[in-house]
Amino acid sequence: MASEFHLSQERIDQVKTWMIQYVPHALALGMTIVEAKAREAWITLPYDKKLIGNVETGVIHGGVITAMLDNACGAAVQLALTERMSIATLDLRIDYMKPATPGEALMGHAHCYKVTKNIAFVRGTAYHTDEDDPIATCVGTFMLAANRAAPSEYAQATINVQED
Amino acid sequence: MSKTADDALKNPARLDLAHFLDMIPYAQFLNISIDQKGNELTTIMRFDTKIIGNPVLPALHGGAIGAFLETTSIIQVAFETGITAVPKPIGLTIDYLRSGRPVDTFARAQITKQGRRVATVYAEAWQEDRSRPITAAHGHFLLKATDE
Repeated sequence: MASEFHLSQERIDQVKTWMIQYVPHALALGMTIVEAKAREAWITLPYDKKLIGNVETGVIHGGVITAMLDNACGAAVQLALTERMSIATLDLRIDYMKPATPGEALMGHAHCYKVTKNIAFVRGTAYHTDEDDPIATCVGTFMLAANRAAPSEYAQATINVQED
Repeated sequence: MSKTADDALKNPARLDLAHFLDMIPYAQFLNISIDQKGNELTTIMRFDTKIIGNPVLPALHGGAIGAFLETTSIIQVAFETGITAVPKPIGLTIDYLRSGRPVDTFARAQITKQGRRVATVYAEAWQEDRSRPITAAHGHFLLKATDE
């Protein structure tokens, strides 16, 4: 089943743009989706002083990693859906393995490995350059068509945004 | 750590919460403040468009709420233990219960269990109605002494 899944380049490009450009918090933190394919997304987040969690060490706040992984996971879920759908994080569990190195950009890689009628299952990793040496890992679940009233509104509004 | 922060943090009763927040630039980026009533702390994350995750609903970004609860937990641990360093998160599990509306968000945390090295914390965030939390989180934090 999994191997049959195909995603158009158009849809991939759409997710790459929308999961950042229409997500104010992702823009505010400085995230970019650098790579995307069916079910997988890679996000980068440059180091910034405003994201520090402890001034004495200069280490990025764990919450920044949470936000980046949440966004990467959301993108991976969209990349596992052939059509745009309103999604919402149901739960997210994060394990912090080591502090991020001050001054270095963060990378986040998320993989949506299972989609059911209502729920999408995702896991992700945050790292600098080597994914085998993670800063943090996460597993999460997302509700699909999270807001029943949303899909049509959402589609309409995003179309409007696109035309602006 | 500066001498003043050191002294303030060593004594929970005199913990300088404003100074503690100054040590966390990201908490300021999220417009987080602390309301202290005796020994009870409530944190506040002021609404700002930059914490929106879905502009159409609109709804707050799950990552921002997660970061808010993590910060709330860190503040509570520092407040109760009087430890001299910002507690380090080991793991955090976040349950998103309701979508966060574009208004101010409040949170409280409680230490479920405190050991010598690790504290287990539970935190909840709400908006208009405390009995209808929007997000709950539980996590483990490493307590680090300054001499380590």
